[in-house]
Amino acid sequence: MNSVLSRANSLFAFSLSVMAALTLGCFITTAFKDRSAPVRLHVSRILLKNVEDFTGPRKKSDLGFITFHISADLEKTFDWNVKQLFLYLSAEYSTKNNAVNQVVLWDKIVLRGDNPKLLLKDMKTKYFFFDDGNGLKGNRNVTLTLSWNVVPNAGILPLVTGTGRVSVPFPDAYEITKSY
Amino acid sequence: MLSLDFLDDVRRMNKRQLYYQVLNFGMIVSSALMIWKGLMVITGSESPIVVVLSGSMEPAFHRGDLLFLTNRVEDPIRVGEIVVFRIEGREIPIVHRVLKIHEKQNGHIKFLTKGDNNAVDDRGLYKQGQHWLEKKDVVGRARGFYQENRSVENRNFLFLILEL
Repeated sequence: MNSVLSRANSLFAFSLSVMAALTLGCFITTAFKDRSAPVRLHVSRILLKNVEDFTGPRKKSDLGFITFHISADLEKTFDWNVKQLFLYLSAEYSTKNNAVNQVVLWDKIVLRGDNPKLLLKDMKTKYFFFDDGNGLKGNRNVTLTLSWNVVPNAGILPLVTGTGRVSVPFPDAYEITKSY
Repeated sequence: MLSLDFLDDVRRMNKRQLYYQVLNFGMIVSSALMIWKGLMVITGSESPIVVVLSGSMEPAFHRGDLLFLTNRVEDPIRVGEIVVFRIEGREIPIVHRVLKIHEKQNGHIKFLTKGDNNAVDDRGLYKQGQHWLEKKDVVGRARGFYQENRSVENRNFLFLILEL
């Protein structure tokens, strides 16, 4: 330990070990935490059309339009090991063609430091709600849930679903006159 | 100067010690290989640890971050999951999020992905005429994450040493 270079070298090596221990501590202390939170969802308007799917395979498919409200308090999910929450509103339903369908309608990134209380009204979907076929027409049970992907500083990336889902029936007929 | 010291040590060893050193080295290499292959079996993924290569998932993942993957058959692919996949005919794996899934009764699933930082979904990245990804394209699902090169202290120490 008699030159600046060797001192700096061992200091550097020690700081690396300390960082590694801190990271492990960060991971272990938050690995088994429950990250769910209550969510209130409400759907105010549903419109159904049948058009050619311009986002992908060009065949006539059901296209749904939904206006919704979300209210959720995510304050408890943030802790020292959470960097951001990736929120997504997804619709899940079953059709004749496919047993399980899931479509993400809207998403949002909430960083640590942003306001964790969400109160969103009259939101329109961010992504087109196309079905793979014509399974939305007359579908009695389309369930909307708000879930989030917890992105930690280091550790597990869990997907958590908020408690509170809403199931809506889709109309039996296509809307040809009104536009969204 | 360092290499000459090493050669002196080698000359001082007799044949048996030399063989012992070589075997030691071989043991270390094969242990590392066993651990890696073991990880591949446990996680079910052909590449259990990947490095993020692009900025398409910012601000969650940046270039250089490590992702730990699993690809177990019992876990069905669901929306919101972060998947690492390869497009047919291309080598580079892509890390994006699942946007849409359609799964048939028999378990056959087709899905669409999108990067968090991208404005549009990945259909522009897929092969010509390909609209969906399937299970065979998936390398694994991201279950754990470790960020690299982001520690300010380590970077400052590095500058200190380089200046000396």
